[in-house]
Amino acid sequence: MKTLKIEELSKNFGSTEVLKKINLEIDEGNFLVLLGPSGCGKSTLLNIIAGLETINEGNVHIDDYNVSKVEPKDRNIAMVFQSYALYPSMNVRENMIFGLKQAKVSKEKIEEQLEKVSKFLQVDALLERKPSQLSGGQRQRVAIGRALVREPRIFLFDEPLSNLDAKLRVEMRREIKKLHQQLKTTVVYVTHDQTEAMSLGTNIAIMNHGVIQQNDTPENIYNKPSNTFVADFIGSPSMNLLKGNLKESSNKISFVTHGSNIEIPINGYDFKEKSNLDNKEVFFGIRPEHIFFKKSNEEDFEINLRADLSEYIGHEQIMTFNFENQEVLAKFPSTVKIDLSKNTKLFFDLTQISLFDAKTEERI
Amino acid sequence: MQDKIHSSYKQLEQKSKYTNMFLRWFLYFVLVVFALYFIFPLYVMVVTSLKTMEEIRQGTLLTWPSGLNFDSWLVAWGGRGYGAGDTFLKPYFWNSIKMVVPAVFFSTFIGAMAGYVLTKWRFKGDKWVFLFLLFGCFIPYQAILLPMARTLGVLGISNSVIGLVLVHTVYGIPFTTLFFRNFYVSIPSELVKAARIDGAGFFKIFFKILLPVSTPIIVVTIIWQFTQIWNDFLFGSTFSFGEAAPIQVALNNMVLSSTSVKEYNVDMASAIIAGIPTLIVYVLAGKYFIRGLTSGAVKG
Repeated sequence: MKTLKIEELSKNFGSTEVLKKINLEIDEGNFLVLLGPSGCGKSTLLNIIAGLETINEGNVHIDDYNVSKVEPKDRNIAMVFQSYALYPSMNVRENMIFGLKQAKVSKEKIEEQLEKVSKFLQVDALLERKPSQLSGGQRQRVAIGRALVREPRIFLFDEPLSNLDAKLRVEMRREIKKLHQQLKTTVVYVTHDQTEAMSLGTNIAIMNHGVIQQNDTPENIYNKPSNTFVADFIGSPSMNLLKGNLKESSNKISFVTHGSNIEIPINGYDFKEKSNLDNKEVFFGIRPEHIFFKKSNEEDFEINLRADLSEYIGHEQIMTFNFENQEVLAKFPSTVKIDLSKNTKLFFDLTQISLFDAKTEERI
Repeated sequence: MQDKIHSSYKQLEQKSKYTNMFLRWFLYFVLVVFALYFIFPLYVMVVTSLKTMEEIRQGTLLTWPSGLNFDSWLVAWGGRGYGAGDTFLKPYFWNSIKMVVPAVFFSTFIGAMAGYVLTKWRFKGDKWVFLFLLFGCFIPYQAILLPMARTLGVLGISNSVIGLVLVHTVYGIPFTTLFFRNFYVSIPSELVKAARIDGAGFFKIFFKILLPVSTPIIVVTIIWQFTQIWNDFLFGSTFSFGEAAPIQVALNNMVLSSTSVKEYNVDMASAIIAGIPTLIVYVLAGKYFIRGLTSGAVKG
């Protein structure tokens, strides 16, 4: 049984297609993060799961029951919003029990739930306060509390940390992670922040233009991006994508950029299909953190590149090198001293590379 | 060298100090002049209403009254006590109250509902509905007098307070809707979403969640509607006469129909009485007025 299953879901607002044939499944207790740039349809998808938006095509199943036509309140879900959406005229207590009161839950049960949750989230001292008297973090906690008292099957989070300042965001992120570890409730979480997605999710679905680009574990998303969009979106700075061709001669495959004699051997790369590789136009992808200033392993490719730019950011520095007139970024500890405008010896870790078809932009 | 630079700074400092002082005094001067200009008519009205006719004839507009003489106020409110031809404001004042209270209530309530639907329960073509409603704000009232008179006749409520309530409610809705729509646009729709997940329906969300935070805009709407309806003369004089007339029509009749001498003191007292309710509303709710009008523009 899948806690949440979405089949062939399409949604358009007028003539704009927002979601195109989305398929998605979540197992009980998993933490799915919907990640993508703004306007990719992730929030719409979440609203559809909640029942706040109608569907044009396809179905949403919760616990194997088709809820496509079920009211939001009957879907056994709870949602936490970016603006917290606490009812301004009610105090914390009234905010938290509003849903239970609507559902005509007995008074004793309501009190019991309220006590349990407010203790758990440490908001029991704030019960008589109005939302306007709370700090950002407290508001967020109350908003989570309001979701918790309903004991839902699925938690929906819509960019819950975006309104908090940087420090508080990291704290609340940890708290949400702990919360999920303790409760083990299924979560769908929308964000545009890759750090949040990586640290929270057991699964990440990366979306762009209403299509899921890759739905995988954080490790696979980082190490084996399925296309150039994912490769570019994840990682900071993002993956270097060098344009060039593959060359195959006597069973040895190598990568060559246009009009240059630098040949990077491709050994032990896990090709999806190992045919028609000769002369294929590709992007050679390597992350800045996989370029080293000293040898990391036997497979390393050694190359001399000119350093053009250095960006110091405290614990590390981001260097820009010139690779046959294409920019290559590398991340080094800030203790390493590298002279600008001079050639520097670098080592590409070839065990960590990705190759993409230049036409389809898909991983090969 | 440094001393030279410092002394030039000092000179500039002195200069800007004098300029600022001059500008400040000039500002106060202008403000005082305008304040006097605006208060002058009220002063004349109050002073004249407290004078006897004898004093009015002998003194000028600005002369101070000899004492606090409220006789003309009593006449304006309750009449002289003789039968036919004695027009006074009391019955018409109550007519106006009976007209303005329900008309303000209904137009505000309907406007709030309409604003709620137009912002939080969007439907296909809602923009057009709003646009047509806005049209109502720009229609000159003279243009609808005849059709409205006919409508009131068909409904059997012409020349009645109820008829006036209907007219004012209908023509208030475009304004009240505009106010509430602009206010509700600034309230996050996530509130409505959260309430829907919590199981609240259309009316519950309106009464329990939106209405309790709408105080500023309700006050603005009430002030606006109250002033408009209370001060209206056109609808009142067209759709009612005699006993059913509102106070502004009665005031006009009173001032124009005096047969013998023009009693300026009674006229002034009547005019003030007719204006007092709107003044009270402004004083009681005024501080909300500015706050409410700007609340849509500033994100909380």
